[in-house]
Amino acid sequence: MKLLTTNFVQCAVKSCSSSSNCFPLHFTECELVHEDLEFDEDFIKNVMVKIDWPALLSVTRDIGNNSLPEEKPNIESCDEQVLRDLHLVLLETQIKDGKMICKNCDHLYHIKNTIPNFLLPPHLA
Amino acid sequence: MSRPEFIAPPEIYYNQEESHKYTNNTRVQQIQAEMTLRALELLNLPSSQYVLDIGCGSCLSGQVLTEEGHQWVGMDISAAMLGNALDLDVEGDLFLADMGAGVPFRPGSFDAAISISAIQWLCNADSAEANPKKRLKQFFETLYASLKRGGKAVCQFYPVGQDQIDLILHSAKVAGFGGGMVIDRPESKRHKKYYLVLTAGIDGDL
Ligand SMILES: [Zn+2]
Repeated sequence: MKLLTTNFVQCAVKSCSSSSNCFPLHFTECELVHEDLEFDEDFIKNVMVKIDWPALLSVTRDIGNNSLPEEKPNIESCDEQVLRDLHLVLLETQIKDGKMICKNCDHLYHIKNTIPNFLLPPHLA
Repeated sequence: MSRPEFIAPPEIYYNQEESHKYTNNTRVQQIQAEMTLRALELLNLPSSQYVLDIGCGSCLSGQVLTEEGHQWVGMDISAAMLGNALDLDVEGDLFLADMGAGVPFRPGSFDAAISISAIQWLCNADSAEANPKKRLKQFFETLYASLKRGGKAVCQFYPVGQDQIDLILHSAKVAGFGGGMVIDRPESKRHKKYYLVLTAGIDGDL
């Protein structure tokens, strides 16, 4: 799972959907891998509008990456290098194995071989 | 050949053997790619969008999304199908998830969504808990929320009959979607294709 995706996925437990605490999930015991992907400047510019910066910082701190600035970069006026750094963090950094925990209900989701498992037992779905 | 939906739930039907057969069948690959391109034509997206692929299977559709320059997240209930996607080394992110339990993404996440040959599965009642109406409601409500305002979804599917089309359209409308059905090659019994074309947040003529 790309770090980008951590900025959009929320707890799937039905009773959590109305809680502001179901996002972002808390990440723990994560093993990271790097995958080279072609730089896509337009995509970074497009998706940065949607990125919840404090949530991204919370997840990067969870996984021990402190490379991002405290303030969300201004995508209209920044250097290309800033966009390339964001591309590296958001798209090329992936969680291969790890755990995600909902801060509202404590439900634990496993990531195995890059795939998070969001299948829930019937009573939680 | 019986329709797979009538044999077993998708996570059981698409076991390792079936999903491998499906993924490596050239005819299947060709049809899936054609339908994905048609869905993208109906979506009419600018480049470099963030797209959700619902019931992505082994990501034959995701490969087309990558070729067309989009970033995507695929979700499927069959671990065997996703295993085949890993073997194909696809670029998108994969989720093991049940669309009938909802789309687990925060509001406004995606620019668009596609689904190829999957949402008819929502109408199955394979277990005692499975309630098609409830599953359709949960699916369309969470899909609606996960799209940005004005974001579009195109779902190609194989309806069993008019009742099922009506049920699916009604569920989408109740969730807030505008839009309707596009039927390609309506005169051909074998090649007729159904596309549900939806827009989140703009009134349509559904
Ligand atoms: Zn939760």
